[in-house]
Amino acid sequence: MTARRLAAALLMCGVAFAAQAQPSTADGIARYREMLADGNPADLFEAKGEALWKQKRGPKGATLEQCDLGKGPGIVKGAFVELPRWFADTQRVQDLESRLLTCMETLQGLDAKAIAETPFGRGEQANMEALAAYVSAASRGMKMNLPQAHAKEREMFEVGKRVFFFRGGPYDFSCASCHGEAGKRIRLQDLPDLTKNPGDGVGFAAWPAYRVSSGELWSMQRRLYDCYRQQRFPAPGFASDATIALGVYMGVNAKGAESIAPSIKR
Amino acid sequence: MTHTRTALGISALIVAGCATAPPPPSAADLDRITEQVMKASFREQGIAKLDRIQQDQGQAACSSDTAPPEAVAKQIEAAAMAGVKWPEGGRYIGDWRVGETLAQNGRGMTWTDAAGAPSGGNCYNCHQISKAEISYGTIGPSLYNYGKLRGVKSVAAPESALIVQYTWAKIYNSKATNACSGMPRFGHAGVLTEAQMRDVMALLLDPQSPVNQ
Repeated sequence: MTARRLAAALLMCGVAFAAQAQPSTADGIARYREMLADGNPADLFEAKGEALWKQKRGPKGATLEQCDLGKGPGIVKGAFVELPRWFADTQRVQDLESRLLTCMETLQGLDAKAIAETPFGRGEQANMEALAAYVSAASRGMKMNLPQAHAKEREMFEVGKRVFFFRGGPYDFSCASCHGEAGKRIRLQDLPDLTKNPGDGVGFAAWPAYRVSSGELWSMQRRLYDCYRQQRFPAPGFASDATIALGVYMGVNAKGAESIAPSIKR
Repeated sequence: MTHTRTALGISALIVAGCATAPPPPSAADLDRITEQVMKASFREQGIAKLDRIQQDQGQAACSSDTAPPEAVAKQIEAAAMAGVKWPEGGRYIGDWRVGETLAQNGRGMTWTDAAGAPSGGNCYNCHQISKAEISYGTIGPSLYNYGKLRGVKSVAAPESALIVQYTWAKIYNSKATNACSGMPRFGHAGVLTEAQMRDVMALLLDPQSPVNQ
């Protein structure tokens, strides 16, 4: 087939497609995601994260390969779907980003507080996104399975539920205002009900994600930060207990949901 | 003898301490822990100061998955209704065209907005309103044909007065008729000015508005 005939055939396909019954917006978005998923730019962040994981960095010139994400030092596969969880060494329930901060500080000698205060997408925060992409990708296809054996994990679930329903700000919004009922949407954007298991690859099981609209890789921490901006709240601190508690609440609710992180979003 | 008894008592205590885990925190404990967590987790940013997470009575009463007791709800509604500021000179209705622009506008009051910048009404984020706008949210009920369905043939007619006043109260303070309404209190919280509320009123009630075609 000549190039011209191929082009003509492709054009015909396009015309035939356009002539089909108009698909609903949700269908259109789903198809768009499907097409993009083939070349999800999150792959690039994943590769960068893997390189960072194995690179000697920081004042201590160490890699992160001995980082304990909950399943023992150096075990990355399966760690993401069990976070947030209790860590005995820090005596805290920690989510992925919070735990990465701990490892960057203890193993590499980087300043966790300074990283937490760095704006998203810059400096070590850009590295954090890549690391989150790498660690989450190692659990792709696995089911969310947060532990609740430790008393503090159960306490954080209860606190997370309360934070989720906490109304405040000039608009009286809580997380539940948008994510407390199934089948709702803002404008045309479908909203997952995060008080229950919203299903495979939805909600907590879909972040970190590559956002097409901004060309950025957002971790759950950044997702929550922007939710709170739109809730008209003050800003939640990076890896603060409120955000970790929300992670426990959403993650435990999503038990059994398949993780597709890092996914792709509009 | 005394010594032995004391020693026995202590070892009994130790055994008891090992055998039983501390009791799980009560609901009141968890409320207190959550309060501390909220306080420690947020920082002011731009125009969004920390007073935004100091809840008023209504926000606190509507911050769980169970509705407040009937008596509390009634009290919140009565206080909200008593605080409604009715429009100057009984002028309830403005320009539906401006109202439509406000309904489309979802900006305002985030930490990326400038101090004093005018806010939109955010209406389409949650409601269907005019038929022409297909990009609408579904968190709130459809408001398409709002005035028409309620028999408003003229906004100035005496028989329209009740629904006009109800709608004003709803926009000014949604909690006046529903203690835990999901809708912002546009007048009470200073999100919209009186003039802007008049324009949103026109969008919903004016028989000329596309909402009522």
